[in-house]
Amino acid sequence: MKYVFIIAGVMIVVLTIAAGLIYVERRLLALFQDRRGPNRVGPFGVFQVVADMIKIFFKEDWVPPFADKAVFIMAPGILITSIFLTFAVIPFTDKFLVLDSNIGLLFFLGNSSLGVYSVVLGGWASNNKYSLLGAIRASAQMLTYEVFMGLSLVGVVMMADSFSLREIVEVQKNGWFVFPQFLGFMTFFIAGIAETHRAPFDIPEADGELVAGYHSEYSGMKFGMFFVGEYMGVTMISALITTLFFGGWLGPAFLPPAFWFFFKTGIFICLFILIRASLPRPRYDQLMEAGWKVLLPLVLLNILATGAILLLKHTT
Amino acid sequence: MLSLIRSIFYTFLHAFHKRETQDYPEKMPYLPPRYRGRIILSRDPDGKERCVACNLCAAVCPVDCISLQAAEGDDGRRYPEFFRINFSRCIYCGLCEEACPTYAIQLIPDFEMADYNRQNMVYEKEHLLISGQGKYHGFNFYKEAGVNMGVKATGGGENENQPVDLKSLIH
Repeated sequence: MKYVFIIAGVMIVVLTIAAGLIYVERRLLALFQDRRGPNRVGPFGVFQVVADMIKIFFKEDWVPPFADKAVFIMAPGILITSIFLTFAVIPFTDKFLVLDSNIGLLFFLGNSSLGVYSVVLGGWASNNKYSLLGAIRASAQMLTYEVFMGLSLVGVVMMADSFSLREIVEVQKNGWFVFPQFLGFMTFFIAGIAETHRAPFDIPEADGELVAGYHSEYSGMKFGMFFVGEYMGVTMISALITTLFFGGWLGPAFLPPAFWFFFKTGIFICLFILIRASLPRPRYDQLMEAGWKVLLPLVLLNILATGAILLLKHTT
Repeated sequence: MLSLIRSIFYTFLHAFHKRETQDYPEKMPYLPPRYRGRIILSRDPDGKERCVACNLCAAVCPVDCISLQAAEGDDGRRYPEFFRINFSRCIYCGLCEEACPTYAIQLIPDFEMADYNRQNMVYEKEHLLISGQGKYHGFNFYKEAGVNMGVKATGGGENENQPVDLKSLIH
């Protein structure tokens, strides 16, 4: 029974954050662009989300006649499911977590790889050339960045000596991993942006070139799921950065641990939005080149150095 | 890489800049006196209509949104029988104001004219005519015009010479 409550709690928290992010992102983008953003509906416009949600729920949920119906309907579900499953292993505090798995990190990496399917299948099933182009880009981009997303975390795992996210946080009592693993943090952050295909790495859905990329043909709540899925992805990556590099729920004791977790996560979510507001989209080949030629060697160097230092410590 | 971080930082600094947004319904924007908004018809200092129904505004109007019908009063003074402006057509170019020889038609700084009913966008003379003189205080066309309309005697205007007696030999 306790698990049901925790699972429901995590789902509600994540969905609320993801929905709230729609408003927060619009307000923050406005802040960075000298505008005001939505401020009409309710105090400071916070009910804008409610208005948007009512709108998107009541929109016609249309499947184009040329689409592969079953796959078309399945694709957004895969995205939401894979992200929700990831949240199962994220320790919000040392007690508030669904699954304290000893392969937590691998579970996350596996699930984020599953997320590629939703994009690829969604683009494929739409039977639309722009969707397909978006899907092709998405698969190439996400495969590339998956590679060193996993590798960038190897240093953390080596230092914590565990795949369990709870244990990784507890090891950081002596110091956050962002300092010894700064390279790993930077590459993981970049990979995280690419993984959630947020701007500036929103090449799969580049509005300027591909209409809306892989979700061009989606409408109504199916589009809404892609939309919310993107924000859930942002929350997930931010939560993971907090857990892996910034000591998760650890913080001064005068505030509850849950506060510290959400506070740090919030900062990274804002950073995601700030980066979206400031950087232009790179070209497709530039993205792949940066991934394979710059970031991958950097990550490998990081593993080499971390391994060497740890080995030196063990032998002496 | 450094330039990327620099541009991210500069974007962040924009959070502390002044907002460009005009908070329109809460805070009215400043409209300069020559702002071209709603069109009105003004009156003389002595309270009579300035418009002499010369049709110049209707002729110059590029979208043909002005229509009027001239009539003549008992004193021989021309006035518009009806004066109609279709504001759903008007482009607020201000050419009518420039064409007007009597400063009767004027554009004022007011733009809040939205309506749910298209028919309400057609303004008749009673909607257009105001009791004041608009932008040109103290201007009375018949004080400067050559014709005697009971405002001043012929030749009695401010910058006006006495009429030339064509039959006199001195001239």
